[in-house]
Amino acid sequence: MDLSRRDLFKIGGKLLVLASAGATLEEIMGAAPPSEAYRVADHWWGMIIDIDKCIGCGSCVRACSQENHVPDGYFRTWVERYQVEEGKQPQVDSPKGGMDGYAPATREDLKSFFVPKLCNQCASSPCVQVCPVGATFVSPDGVVLVDETYCLGCRYCIQACPYGCRYLHPEKQTVDKCTLCYHRITKGLTTACCENCPTGARQLVDFKDPKDPVHEFLRHNKVEVLKPYMATQAKVYYKDLDGSVR
Amino acid sequence: MPGVDGFIYPNEVELQWSLLIVLYPYITGLVAGAFILASLERVFKVEAVKPTYRLALLTALSFLLVAPLPLQLHLGHPERSLEMYLTPHRSSAMAMFGFVYLWYLMVVLLLEIWLEYRADIVRLAQSTHGWQRMVYKLLTLGSENVSPEARQVDDRISYIVTVIGIPSAFLLHGYVGFIFGSIKANPWWSTPLMPVVFLFSAMVSGIAAVLVLYMAFMKAKRMPLDMNCLDTIAKYLFYTFVIDFSLEMLDLLHRTYEADESFRTLDFMVHTRLWGPHVILQICCGTLLPLAILAVNQLWRFSEARRKAMYLTASLLTLIGIFAMRWNVVIGGQLFSKSFLGYTTYKVEFAAKEGLLPAIGLMVLPFIIVIVLVKLLPPWAEAGARHGLPVQAAPLGGGEN
Repeated sequence: MDLSRRDLFKIGGKLLVLASAGATLEEIMGAAPPSEAYRVADHWWGMIIDIDKCIGCGSCVRACSQENHVPDGYFRTWVERYQVEEGKQPQVDSPKGGMDGYAPATREDLKSFFVPKLCNQCASSPCVQVCPVGATFVSPDGVVLVDETYCLGCRYCIQACPYGCRYLHPEKQTVDKCTLCYHRITKGLTTACCENCPTGARQLVDFKDPKDPVHEFLRHNKVEVLKPYMATQAKVYYKDLDGSVR
Repeated sequence: MPGVDGFIYPNEVELQWSLLIVLYPYITGLVAGAFILASLERVFKVEAVKPTYRLALLTALSFLLVAPLPLQLHLGHPERSLEMYLTPHRSSAMAMFGFVYLWYLMVVLLLEIWLEYRADIVRLAQSTHGWQRMVYKLLTLGSENVSPEARQVDDRISYIVTVIGIPSAFLLHGYVGFIFGSIKANPWWSTPLMPVVFLFSAMVSGIAAVLVLYMAFMKAKRMPLDMNCLDTIAKYLFYTFVIDFSLEMLDLLHRTYEADESFRTLDFMVHTRLWGPHVILQICCGTLLPLAILAVNQLWRFSEARRKAMYLTASLLTLIGIFAMRWNVVIGGQLFSKSFLGYTTYKVEFAAKEGLLPAIGLMVLPFIIVIVLVKLLPPWAEAGARHGLPVQAAPLGGGEN
């Protein structure tokens, strides 16, 4: 078969178009929502935090801030330092949310520990209850999210959150909070804070996964949620939480 | 951190609900209170307050028209506020706002005012000229039958509307109290007494506002004040104020006696940051002083001039006191950390979106509206005479029942 140079270019061009279309299709397929691989009904997310392992380095706060473009002065997660003297009100600080770590404690004789905080992903969320338009909701896999295209910015949810986890995004003028890195966990990754914790003090857990180490953890450790009297069914469990923590 | 004492959660530095949210319960309270005063005449047949019946309705309407504005200004996305009507979240106390508001505005207040004024509107539509005639013609809504039979029907419906209106007014402001009272995360707000306290303080402020407006309008129109009316309003103001103050003291006593986890924090706040607005302004100047003025008037009889001055002073102090109460609830509830370990500060900006300037504008607006409404729908016969209404010695008052 004789092929003129013109035919050759034509075939070449067609092949190029087909190849690029194929590549685009593959890309689209690859970026498709995790619906096939990820089934919301199969998960129920939460977190366990081992206070004794937290060294207050602030890696989690920095990682969260970068991953989620958290505006300056606001926090989706932060770390508090408690210094407790017997019979006295605890001394607590969290400069810049603990983002830059902590200077050594001034007194060595005090009970001192760090408490990482984030949205407690409550199953019975007061914030979800009060939202006038349902812009904030608990996803079927147990993550409290905000639909920023729907939020009015009334801030009722901020008032209702007992843990101070929400803020009004200064540019978007909608409420913002920890999403448990939903964009990551639905792709099989862990959260930015957990991934960057050097001591493994924070661990993302899936209560619906029978193989998740959380079940073993809960069986063998004394755990508590923050402000249990609020009855919010929080899903962030703290190991050996001190009674002074608020 | 400047303005912060002790430890607060890092997201708590900024106060979320500002001066405008203080105005919101204050304004709705004035609406509910004014309406309840109006209903005294209509439902409970307290004839003495008749001269203020129409004025109370117009006052309620003026403030009700302004009530959603501070909320609207406060929203991060005001263009989405309609979503509250279209896709309300049923578990939210706030989602009810739109419906309670519309119910109150359309079904209760506008209907009652229209029925009350219908005969006057028809007369004015016939006796005025030009654009005024057009306005009154429009306001008749095509219903021009003012025969005694038709007026009887009006009165009957109006009575039913008022009877429905009383629980509606309770609902309007009780619900505002519930918005705060149902927040379990905030011990300063979270009490079942909140809706009841809000309701009685609303009645107090509404009655005081109508009393001040009545005196002001009479002065402006150079019409004589009906002292019997004034004495009766002052008496009702005293009674409701006693109930309101008792409820607030019950709340305080309960908190102090129970002294739960939050008590030390709240107690410290009241003795420091809230000392001025709470103890001095709300309790001493805004409650005890007007209560004392009103109380002595129940015990002794003073001259007319003195009574007028005393009632006016007591009412103005009451209005300041109830405003301070709203401030202390809304702002006070955000000054302490939910960690109970620290406090933040609130500084009112001036020309900002939620600053002092728009707040002043929003407080002046209802007074402008009420002046326009009084001009359009004269509550008293003297004013109506200029438009060809029959001149009566006594104020027209409420209907012909």
